Amino acid sequence: MTATDLPTPAVGGLDLVPTTDEQQKAKDFTSDQEVRWCPGCGDYAVLASVRSFLPELGLRRENIVFVSGIGCSSRFPYYLDTYGMHSIHGRAPTIATGLAVTRPDLSVWVVTGDGDALSIGGNHLIHALRRNMNITILLFNNRIYGLTKGQYSPTSEVGKVTKSTPMGSVDAPFNPVSLALGAEATFVGRALDSDRKGLTEVLRQAAAHRGASLVEIFQDCPIFNDGSFDVLRKGDDVAERLIKLVDGEPILFGNEGEYGVVRSASGGLEVARVADVGEDAVVVHHADEQDPTQSFALSRLSDQDLTHTITGVFRKVDRPTYDDGARAQVAAAKEQAEARGDNLDALLRGKDTWAVLPEPENEQ
Amino acid sequence: MSTDTAVGPSGREVRQTHRVVIRFAGDSGDGMQLTGDRFTSEAAAFGNDLATLPNFPAEIRAPAGTLPGVSSFQLHFADYDILTPGDRPDVLVAMNPAALKANLADLPHGGVLIVNTDEFTKRNLAKVGYESNPLEDDSLDPYTVHQVAMATLTRGALEPTGMSKKDAERAKNMFALGLLSWMYHRGTEGTEQFLREKFAKKPELAEANILAFRAGWNYGETTESFAVTYEVAPARLAEGTYRQITGNLALAYGVVAAGQQAKLPVFLGTYPITPASDVLHELSKHKGMGVTTFQAEDEIAGIGAALGASFGGSLGVTSTSGPGVALKSETIGLAVALELPLLILDVQRGGPSTGLPTKTEQADLLQAMYGRNGEAPVPIIAPQSPADCFDAALDAVRMALTYRTPVFLLSDGSIANGSEPWRIPDVDALPDLSVTFATEANAPDGSGEFWPYLRDADTLARPWAIPGTAGLEHRIGGLEKADGPGTISYDPDNHDRMVRLRQAKIDGIEVPDLTVHDPDGDAEVLVLGWGSSYGPIGAACRRVRAAGLSVAQAHLRHLNPMPRNLGDVLRSYRRVVAPEMNLGQLSMLLRARFLVDAHSYTKVAGLPFQAEELAGVLTDAVKGDLPA
Ligand SMILES: Cc1ncc(C[n+]2csc(CCOP(=O)(O)OP(=O)(O)O)c2C)c(N)n1
Ligand code: SF4
Ligand SMILES: [Mg+2]
Repeated sequence: MTATDLPTPAVGGLDLVPTTDEQQKAKDFTSDQEVRWCPGCGDYAVLASVRSFLPELGLRRENIVFVSGIGCSSRFPYYLDTYGMHSIHGRAPTIATGLAVTRPDLSVWVVTGDGDALSIGGNHLIHALRRNMNITILLFNNRIYGLTKGQYSPTSEVGKVTKSTPMGSVDAPFNPVSLALGAEATFVGRALDSDRKGLTEVLRQAAAHRGASLVEIFQDCPIFNDGSFDVLRKGDDVAERLIKLVDGEPILFGNEGEYGVVRSASGGLEVARVADVGEDAVVVHHADEQDPTQSFALSRLSDQDLTHTITGVFRKVDRPTYDDGARAQVAAAKEQAEARGDNLDALLRGKDTWAVLPEPENEQ
Repeated sequence: MSTDTAVGPSGREVRQTHRVVIRFAGDSGDGMQLTGDRFTSEAAAFGNDLATLPNFPAEIRAPAGTLPGVSSFQLHFADYDILTPGDRPDVLVAMNPAALKANLADLPHGGVLIVNTDEFTKRNLAKVGYESNPLEDDSLDPYTVHQVAMATLTRGALEPTGMSKKDAERAKNMFALGLLSWMYHRGTEGTEQFLREKFAKKPELAEANILAFRAGWNYGETTESFAVTYEVAPARLAEGTYRQITGNLALAYGVVAAGQQAKLPVFLGTYPITPASDVLHELSKHKGMGVTTFQAEDEIAGIGAALGASFGGSLGVTSTSGPGVALKSETIGLAVALELPLLILDVQRGGPSTGLPTKTEQADLLQAMYGRNGEAPVPIIAPQSPADCFDAALDAVRMALTYRTPVFLLSDGSIANGSEPWRIPDVDALPDLSVTFATEANAPDGSGEFWPYLRDADTLARPWAIPGTAGLEHRIGGLEKADGPGTISYDPDNHDRMVRLRQAKIDGIEVPDLTVHDPDGDAEVLVLGWGSSYGPIGAACRRVRAAGLSVAQAHLRHLNPMPRNLGDVLRSYRRVVAPEMNLGQLSMLLRARFLVDAHSYTKVAGLPFQAEELAGVLTDAVKGDLPA
């Protein structure tokens, strides 16, 4: 048997989702449910950004679905007036998968936390990325288990003292961006909860991407991991830590762009003073580069202590999606079946049948 | 087994017999399953009633010639309606010493034994612990033994092909099939055509197998060693068009048909596991009928995707066996809370843990019934035979769609792989399963809102409002919901009400009353089974009645909710016996629910009950001696 040729794929993430001409506002996406995160929780800022971003997509509201797992962040769908499902711990990508495969007319979003996506749901996350399901995954990384009141998570720093690690964690953390790239993700971005502009830009590109998009959102949990990303928000050296990727541009940062990312002797990337190495040595960012090596090296610049933390879009490449492929096979098979005149009766009969005649005729 | 005798064309005696049980046994690599399958197809095409029992090791290729590597296929065919693959073979074909050793105990004295002598080498005998060659000592005296050098004869027949000896010998199973086909007056054309199709890409292999098959046939015809051949007339089954079908195939067809009858796309989310994988394999072929199959990263993802598809308005299905059900439990609970349709196919196998992957058992009943956190009732239906899997699947989908609930269908290894004739249903007479999605706001207060948990007064089902429906945007989840509006609710009274409502919805599912078969009308003992034990229990009842005793038989298809009249039925008999391939799970439910003294008869040997053993149990019960 030969594999079915796939038709020319839709290119944009939302190509098959019906749009509306109606003017939408953030308010239209706001459900009547009272938001119940702790005061000061970073989730509020993300919710506000998403609510004000969604109208920009111009989609019919009823064709948007948010699916979440369990955790503080996973309450997200309740607060949006779209279709939504608050599922079970770690499994949101699986539900989104079934939905995305069967309903190309939906814009499917997954909301998950660092525990939800990387502990209990780690398997589903990597497989959704590998398959390149056409879904957008918002990973709220507060580096702690919020909902269960403050145990360390798979992104917590080594040595972190929490309720479950009174002597400090001895557990090595994941780097979600590195993990996603290793899992063959075609779109990986990162943003800070409080950076509405940066977050919106990443969301915009993620939604437009056809395939699985992973957006890591650094999110503050003032209750159990207060100020965990403060070094990226305030203080004198923010500009020396935070690197904003711009596609097609040299990767420069610092108050005056005095730092740049350059190739290291070992083949990876490192930070240098532009004055020392010259502007030509600074690496230019290409998110659409098929080879993930440079994106991966960029993800490794951020250490656990958040020195040189990158935000923006690490990678954005085209690759056929599982859902488009699966639907194309079903469509092709249906066409062939129709041409052959297949039907249920013929299927049930199969090839080898025998008849038992009414009694009298059976005699003789 | 024989009745009439005549003399056939080759001057040999032809015995008319009503039924025969043949067991093909050999090494896993000997192709016994294929041989048995093929003979079954011939019996089916001839119009016999039949039932089969494949029995094979979990290992793909256990070491050759060893006892663990033995694979067998038992076929029972008859000129009347039969219920089981037969307790013991009348004819045993043993392709090597291991097959002989593993199966001989089941062959009654006087039975026919056909042995492939080529494999009875010192080394092979030693491998399975034979100290002397049973073909040479007197240990086989109680049987009618035919010693046939099948490998040598096959090699000889294939010499003209120029094939290597080793390759040629591999066709010896077709030699055995040819010989048996001759013995039982089966045609040759069907098998030859089958081989041509099977090896369409390698015509030389097709020809080699056909040569071996004919050699086996001719061997019977020309040598004098077989003095008798047998005829089993077609069975007088109910009028209709029939085909042979296995349980897993019937299950897959049932799912396809349910999708068509519901006019919904079918989405199967699953992860391979014995003995359920064939459902995935089969459904993967039917994309043209609107079936999407998704092989997930694990069972959790399989059911998650199926549930997601259901949320989106597809018929979500997941298929697995016991270990997979364990992984799916949390998602089944979610489906209970979400009140969305979902079909869960559990093809049970021996447990606990990995257990006996290729053997049968009915020990997932309580797992299906209670294996979730919280009060999470799920309807359960269990087919009673391979062909019945089709109807059971349709009925399961009816419950899932009508009541918006996950539904368990409990098949098991014996009916999944076993086969029987199936009267092909009239497609136009299949039940209409069409559903209506919600399209309108429904809040009773006229607010124009949509209440996802406002129930239908009759069924208690909630509306199925799928994404894409304007104005009905809503959020659902595993948190407790307010009765009606469906928003999150932590209210104690509401929770109590919702727990009871979910239970009442399942309890209220319409299921047919239990019918009791008591031809004598005066039975004091009722035997009540469920699932695949229907055949052996029915066959046992026939034996008991043939001996002049009365016994009533009823079989539970719906295990949750149970038929409304079940309590009355149980209480109207002096004694109730419940045979099960577990340690008494159904009888525990019966005792708890109806306060009746149901007696459990249990066996968990990985094989179906034998009619003979159950007949003994029932005879004792009729005489007042109940199983402990
Ligand atoms: C099967 C299961 N195990 C454990 C839990 C308890 N639990 C709920 S949320 C959570 C961790 C959440 O952490 P994260 O995903 O980082 O979300 P956050 O609350 O930080 O947003 C745990 C362990 C659960 N709900 N279900
Ligand atoms: S516990 Fe932390 S993450 Fe959860 S709502 Fe409160 S602040 Fe937010
Ligand atoms: Mg967290």
